[in-house]
Amino acid sequence: MKDFIIPPMDWKDERDMGTPAKVGAPVTLSIDGFDVTVPEGTSVMRAAAEAGIQVPKLCATDSLDAFGSCRLCVVEIEGRRGTPASCTTPVAPGMVVRTQSDSVRKIRKGVMELYISDHPLDCLTCSANGDCELQDMAGAVGLRDVRYTAPDGGGLANHFAARNTSGEANPEWRPKDDSNPYFSYDASKCIVCNRCVRACEEVQGTFALTIEGRGFDSRVSFGAKTDDALASDCVSCGACVQACPTATLQEKSVIEMGTPDRAVVTTCAYCGVGCSFKAEMQGDQLVRMVPYKHGKANRGHSCVKGRFAYGYASHKDRILNPMIRDRISDPWREVSWDEALGFAAKKMRGIQAEYGQKSIGVITSSRCTNEETYLVQKLARAVFGNNNTDTCARVCHSPTGYGLGQTFGTSAGTQDFDSVEHTDVVIVIGANPTDGHPVFASRLKKRLRAGAKLIVIDPRRIDLVKSAHVKAAHHLPLRPGTNVAVVTALAHVIVTEGLMDEAFIRERCDWDEFQDYAAFVSDPRHSPEANELLTGVPSAELREAARLFATGGNGAIYYGLGVTEHSQGSTTVMSIANLAMLTGNLGRPGVGVNPLRGQNNVQGACDMGSFPHELPGYRHVKNDDVRDLFKSVWGVEIDSEPGLRIPNMLDAAVDGTFKGLYCQGEDILQSDPDTKHVAAGLAAMECVIVHDLFLNETANYAHVFLPGSTFLEKDGTFTNAERRINRVREVMKPRNGYADWEITQKLANAMGANWSYMHPSQIMDEIALTTPSFAGVSYTVLEEKGSVQWPCNEAHPDGTPLMHVDGFVRGKGRFIVTEYVATDEKTGPRFPLLLTTGRILSQYNVGAQTRRTENVVWHEADLLEIHPHDAENRGINEGDYIKLASRSGETSLRAKITDRVSPGVVYTTFHHPDTQANVITTDYSDWATNCPEYKVTAVQVSPSNGPSEWQEDYAAQAAQARRILPAAE
Amino acid sequence: MSPEKMVRMANQIATFFKTQPKEDAPARVASHITDFWEPRMRAQLRDYVEQGGDGLDPIVVQAARLT
Ligand code: SF4
Ligand code: SF4
Ligand code: SF4
Ligand code: FES
Repeated sequence: MKDFIIPPMDWKDERDMGTPAKVGAPVTLSIDGFDVTVPEGTSVMRAAAEAGIQVPKLCATDSLDAFGSCRLCVVEIEGRRGTPASCTTPVAPGMVVRTQSDSVRKIRKGVMELYISDHPLDCLTCSANGDCELQDMAGAVGLRDVRYTAPDGGGLANHFAARNTSGEANPEWRPKDDSNPYFSYDASKCIVCNRCVRACEEVQGTFALTIEGRGFDSRVSFGAKTDDALASDCVSCGACVQACPTATLQEKSVIEMGTPDRAVVTTCAYCGVGCSFKAEMQGDQLVRMVPYKHGKANRGHSCVKGRFAYGYASHKDRILNPMIRDRISDPWREVSWDEALGFAAKKMRGIQAEYGQKSIGVITSSRCTNEETYLVQKLARAVFGNNNTDTCARVCHSPTGYGLGQTFGTSAGTQDFDSVEHTDVVIVIGANPTDGHPVFASRLKKRLRAGAKLIVIDPRRIDLVKSAHVKAAHHLPLRPGTNVAVVTALAHVIVTEGLMDEAFIRERCDWDEFQDYAAFVSDPRHSPEANELLTGVPSAELREAARLFATGGNGAIYYGLGVTEHSQGSTTVMSIANLAMLTGNLGRPGVGVNPLRGQNNVQGACDMGSFPHELPGYRHVKNDDVRDLFKSVWGVEIDSEPGLRIPNMLDAAVDGTFKGLYCQGEDILQSDPDTKHVAAGLAAMECVIVHDLFLNETANYAHVFLPGSTFLEKDGTFTNAERRINRVREVMKPRNGYADWEITQKLANAMGANWSYMHPSQIMDEIALTTPSFAGVSYTVLEEKGSVQWPCNEAHPDGTPLMHVDGFVRGKGRFIVTEYVATDEKTGPRFPLLLTTGRILSQYNVGAQTRRTENVVWHEADLLEIHPHDAENRGINEGDYIKLASRSGETSLRAKITDRVSPGVVYTTFHHPDTQANVITTDYSDWATNCPEYKVTAVQVSPSNGPSEWQEDYAAQAAQARRILPAAE
Repeated sequence: MSPEKMVRMANQIATFFKTQPKEDAPARVASHITDFWEPRMRAQLRDYVEQGGDGLDPIVVQAARLT
């Protein structure tokens, strides 16, 4: 298929080169008389492709290792007997290859003839028409007739006809498997090339597919014979669909709509991996999303969310017109944009006149683009005249900002994702990558299958601990809330056994501070043995893990919200940084400290100055020089005092000093802890402006609703967990009329600002002008290079894949003493269990998007995971409705009995508003940043027969608050 | 914010800096609070200290004078 692609593809070649690229010494050979030089280990097929010669092929594709089964790619090589397969034959110096000759032509024709003899000839009506490699190859080899016929009296010898001409059923035929909501498997078209099986193994690492049977009987199977795609281990990543050369595995959207005619490269709006995609279009309709081969975060892979879960963009719940109301008990009124913005501006200015300049604020979202976020914080600082701006990153990664800032001097992951290919020992702590960061997990699993070792530190037995062909060397199943004790014990072992990298520490870190730190961790009270009772981690296992990490080669640490969302979140981040410095694991590929960011633009939201104490680029508002710089660009004085953080805003609202909020793309009522307190804060405000795609839970308390645009409908950039600035491109016009940055600009102007941005690229230019680490970033540069990792400036014009290579950003790395302090949240007789929370693969965050897609087939409700022992004690059976109560509140949901959680620990997700897991979570928070302690709540679980009173009241209030008056004629 | 919550937040900060090797905990608590707490919150803390500072870590009481 010929794609029309934006940006134009001259900067990267999208052809299928047949086999993966290699690195190695140059080798020169001759192919059809042309001299070609390629790295050692390259296949003859790829070498030919480099020279512009496409050897026919079926079982090879460049995302997979060569397999050599179809024999369509045979060539002649001087001095070698027979006709070797070019995909499996590596190049050799001086080799002389001929890709065409009478004999190879004959072989290829014969191969195709065999394939086509067992393939239906309904190309014209086939869903892959125009996008089928079998079709292409039949053409390429000049297949003109098929001489094979069914043997006499032998019945049907094919897989594609349901019945023979006398109406007898064909035992070889299988009906289509349509169980997966997004793709279908039509066995009648399969050529058994094995590409799908290999994609599932090599690219995705799930091993859901096998080839069952032999010879003529062999066919692709989703595991056990009874399994259909949906019931199998398949995680619906789509890698097999992408790899399939025929219509056998095909997107349902393509079956329905036909092949796309243009493609736009853009970035996934779900998790912090930040996968690049081609949005393949027909007119303004999205046909499918295909992971972009040259996307540096994902290298052509994706997960079920990014590839398939875009249906929310056209969901009927989407609000497309602005709405207002005087009181939250009133129904919504649809009005014009001017009226809505005028209403909002007047209310906000009125509140400031009555309650003071600091009585209003904004919340930016990690789901929005950098440009949008930058504008929203600028709205607070330059138009409201205060620093009341915070971001939902407050509730996830604010401790990363503080902890890494204190130790290394900058708040960001140190590596790129490619780095995992060079790692030898990986610690995954407080993260569940196979669910939360699936594409990173696939890349990690690939490295683990190649021999790297894994240490998992998590209360739950997450999938990585043991799954197909992956097994953790050590799983340290700690009690929730004891991260600091465990990481400090690891450091204890390393220091007391003399396993640290002293040369690195002497050269790169502050030696005096190291002395203090070493004395601290060496204290016997930090030994694994002394902490065993507290942490629940067997000391021998912990010692082994520490030794492995210190001596096993390149060591990398990946962590998630299981680290940050604790009373000691910031301390744990520092302890992780200590561990990396201690073992010299910084500043080169394969090592580092890598926060896995939950949402797509958490990194960007932090970079863009969303936090109330710092301007873009992590510069504190107290610094005169920084304020002066922004004053010179913005033309207004900037407040030198930090503003309110989200929890502080809500507290101030309850106290009556905070009255107005502009909340963009964020659902604080569902996502923030202690729902009742959030609801009370929102209810106390006089003007809540919600800017979102849907009437989310927060909107139940809103006075103004501004409809938002999806990532498909606007230009901008997202910055992923590896600091990579990726372009988001408008593939269709905003259905609500305006891109989100335009809406913020209109609101600012309605409040008296005089902004005149014509395009997000101008916002990026302003970011580059004011923020040193972005100085070299512009849309032109991004167009040229595809993406860059900040810092990108004069010193690093191509960006910075690895941080702290020759020295830390702050100069010397700082070791910080990390004393374990127990959280105040303690179990007791009333609340004897510890609740911890997380997410699952198919759903995302509060679920506003994914719940409005077919992904619900995998997760239609939040469940409470409970250990069989705890369940039995309470008389709870699988699937029972249970009541979950903490000192904050209670809710009810269904139980799932599993030993993935330890006795004493229960676990749930927070994707569904009717569960409201955050009614249970408390207002305890990280000591340094107020990041809420989602991961530890003392609870009790008991049988129940239905929704709690709160759930019922809430549902009633929500139904009431969501009424929309029919538009006036 | 409720006094209990403020006391808890302030004490948490003191608890961290008390564990640090250098002897300047009150100054560091004060600077943390000035960097991250909005003026309203700092005023509430100072008022609370004036009124006796019930439940506050002594380091916080010293720090409050420096904010
Ligand atoms: S969709 Fe992904 S997980 Fe499922 S079978 Fe295909 S490659 Fe395997
Ligand atoms: S389903 Fe597709 S990729 Fe898999 S073996 Fe059949 S033709 Fe090949
Ligand atoms: S959700 Fe994450 S892993 Fe999945 S496609 Fe999007 S960015 Fe990639
Ligand atoms: S492409 Fe080489 S054997 Fe199939």
